[in-house]
Amino acid sequence: MLSRVADSIYWMSRYVERAENVARFIDVNLNLMLENPSGLTQQWMPLISITGDDEAFAKRHPEGATQENVIDFLTFDKENPNSIISCLRSARENARSVREIISSEMWLQLNTFYLMVNSAASTQQSFESPNEFFTQVKSHSHLFSGITDSTMTHGEGWNFNRFGRMLERADKTSRILDVKYFILLPNVSDIGTPMDEIQWVAVLRSASAFEMYRKRHGRIAPKRIVDFLLLDPEFPRSIRFCLNTARDALHAISGTPIGTYRKPSEKLLGQICSDLAYANVEDIVNGGLHEYLDNLQSNMNLAGTGIYEQFFARRGIESKRVLKERIH
Amino acid sequence: MNFAEYDLGGFFDEMFSQPGHPRPAAWHLAKNMEELPSEELVTRQQAADRALVQAGITFNVYGSGAGVEKTLPFDLVPRIVAASEWERIQKGLEQRIRALNLFIDDLYHDKKIIKDGAVPPEIITSSKGFREQCIGFNPPKGIWCHITGTDLVRHGDGEIYVLEDNLRCPSGVSYVLENRRLMKSLFPEVFAASNVRPVSNYPIRLRDMLEYLAPEGVTTPQVVVLTPGVYNSAYFEHSFLAQQMGVELVEGRDLVVSDGYVWMRTTNGLERVDVIYRRVDDDFLDPEVFNPDSMLGVPGLMEVYKEGRVALANAPGTGVADDKVVYAYVPRIIKYYLGEDIILPNVPTYICAEEKDRSYVLEHLDELVVKAANESGGYGMLIGPHATQAQREEFRLKIIANPRNYIAQPTLALSRVPTVVDGGLAGRHVDLRPYILYGKKIFVLPGGLTRVALKKGSLVVNSSQGGGTKDTWVLADNPVDPEEDNHLIATQTQSQSQVARASS
Repeated sequence: MLSRVADSIYWMSRYVERAENVARFIDVNLNLMLENPSGLTQQWMPLISITGDDEAFAKRHPEGATQENVIDFLTFDKENPNSIISCLRSARENARSVREIISSEMWLQLNTFYLMVNSAASTQQSFESPNEFFTQVKSHSHLFSGITDSTMTHGEGWNFNRFGRMLERADKTSRILDVKYFILLPNVSDIGTPMDEIQWVAVLRSASAFEMYRKRHGRIAPKRIVDFLLLDPEFPRSIRFCLNTARDALHAISGTPIGTYRKPSEKLLGQICSDLAYANVEDIVNGGLHEYLDNLQSNMNLAGTGIYEQFFARRGIESKRVLKERIH
Repeated sequence: MNFAEYDLGGFFDEMFSQPGHPRPAAWHLAKNMEELPSEELVTRQQAADRALVQAGITFNVYGSGAGVEKTLPFDLVPRIVAASEWERIQKGLEQRIRALNLFIDDLYHDKKIIKDGAVPPEIITSSKGFREQCIGFNPPKGIWCHITGTDLVRHGDGEIYVLEDNLRCPSGVSYVLENRRLMKSLFPEVFAASNVRPVSNYPIRLRDMLEYLAPEGVTTPQVVVLTPGVYNSAYFEHSFLAQQMGVELVEGRDLVVSDGYVWMRTTNGLERVDVIYRRVDDDFLDPEVFNPDSMLGVPGLMEVYKEGRVALANAPGTGVADDKVVYAYVPRIIKYYLGEDIILPNVPTYICAEEKDRSYVLEHLDELVVKAANESGGYGMLIGPHATQAQREEFRLKIIANPRNYIAQPTLALSRVPTVVDGGLAGRHVDLRPYILYGKKIFVLPGGLTRVALKKGSLVVNSSQGGGTKDTWVLADNPVDPEEDNHLIATQTQSQSQVARASS
């Protein structure tokens, strides 16, 4: 597979996943506001913190965060590279440059997705019926990943796609956890109140994890929620699950057996996965969840950079490794 | 839908011989359309437009801002070509391509045709498409023009003429395939009844032809399509053809020359490339040989090509025959190499480089169409009867300054096809571009791109100038052999379904 193509597929899937996560954050927050509109007026800024765009937001909106300007910034602001519309534009541009590699069905779905968001941007639909719009964004994204899995050969390109999607998802789950934990936990007086429970349910819903959490742990308890979103081996949005899948994809691409490594990125990802496999939520919270997540995020970024150097960077002729000699 | 009111306007109509009387080949279509309520026609047209936007079947428009994509307007009513007429077109095109290939080869070798005085020597010295770098070169299998799109028109006299040869990087074949896919979904019932010859096997034919060019000894050739990139106006087509052939689409930056071979940069290191279907013009192919400023090409590519270690289609230098002055000599070229008379006639052409023709042209600018020799896409053209006095004056000066660069032809009364306009049907002028592949044999795709001038009375069909497209139905005399169509037919019934759980 061409390096340029692998790079484009990786980013295509990351951007689609990013758009979906942003839609979910906003949707959950909107619902939260409905349940308690009075006490939570200033709860829009954390959404910006989750995407890590505090600085860019402050520049665009010096007046401070309101429901309208946060939604607009995260959804339709073309100047914000992480808004839903920008993510889809980037995903589509990447897809357009690898149209012959992905299946026609994938392209059709991504293009339809893009056109839907564009038309919503011009009709202001998201403000009139926000829930419907964000639900559409989520289902378009689900449709895209479903179509990808069922129409694209599960070879190198598909694994780059899976790798990108999982790395992005792990990153977003870790950010939800980080930001929400930071905001929710200091209010010691709130612990155990109905308000507290509503907030934690919202955290779970932000990761579409509420129902699955209930099945696993039943009662709402902050540590168990951290355990579920960080360490659960089977829930598809838990950080551990995402990184395990990303590791599998990476090894499928390189052909290196899992448990061994040839490249720095394989080593790093293997170390993160092992750590998560043996980690204990008590130790993590006692040692500081924020520090733990911060460290995890920088390691994931390192893994992303490693992939770039290993597969995407345009190496010179010196490092040539000719695999196929097809002259007979 | 009532055809009785459809006005032929005094032109040759491809669908009707007289008002309300469809030609035999168009009978099924006319009957089916007659039964459609007119709202249904509009509904289907809208469905087609929507499908194009959703599928992102677009071209980029130069000069209207970076990354501006437009869909090429598609009209529902197909152009129909009867079996017997197509047979003649096919023979004519095969003859023309065979002769042009011999002509190109001769120009880069002994130039016998010039020595024998059949064409003047200026034909080379003044051609923009002639490449000195190709003199003496023998392309793989002796073929220069692998892929050709020849523009045909029908005049008021009912005769089909060749209007233009496109031997460099003719585009549009992707629309032929996509238009057909759309039409099949919009008019399935007419398809079954009409015996339309399939076009869907074009990508396979193209791939076979490209593999045939691979260097000696390569058993499983690596074929790639080389595109200038995602902002090129024909990018959709490049990507579509690569996808349909199942080969890589590469940009210049993906390729590198090393150790005398061409390689592409993959996630596993470098992989050898054997055949390049290049959609990049000669000038941009290799900055070491052609335009040194080119960022689109691959430095050193021509050296590998000349060593026979990679094949290029079309061959560099082929553009010498893609010249409107050379065009005028094609009847003589066919006679010279094949000893045959031309089957599909040229449009009568005045060569401004020849004094007698020039003075005729300058006196009759208000009747003629004047074309620059090396322009395409409808640019650099004067349509005398529709032009202003100032435009004609501008061309008069241009012709006098550089006569070699211009030819002129009578204004043709292009034939028309009914076209959906404002919810009803109106006649619009069309041309036809069939596609020809020259590999082991010459293959003419039974179909082609019918371009239609959507503006009332307009004769300019180019997509860059407000033209649209139609599906082209070439009919078979006998029912189409299913073997000719490469669609697989599912015969297996569903053998498994969920077994109802036994209740106990």
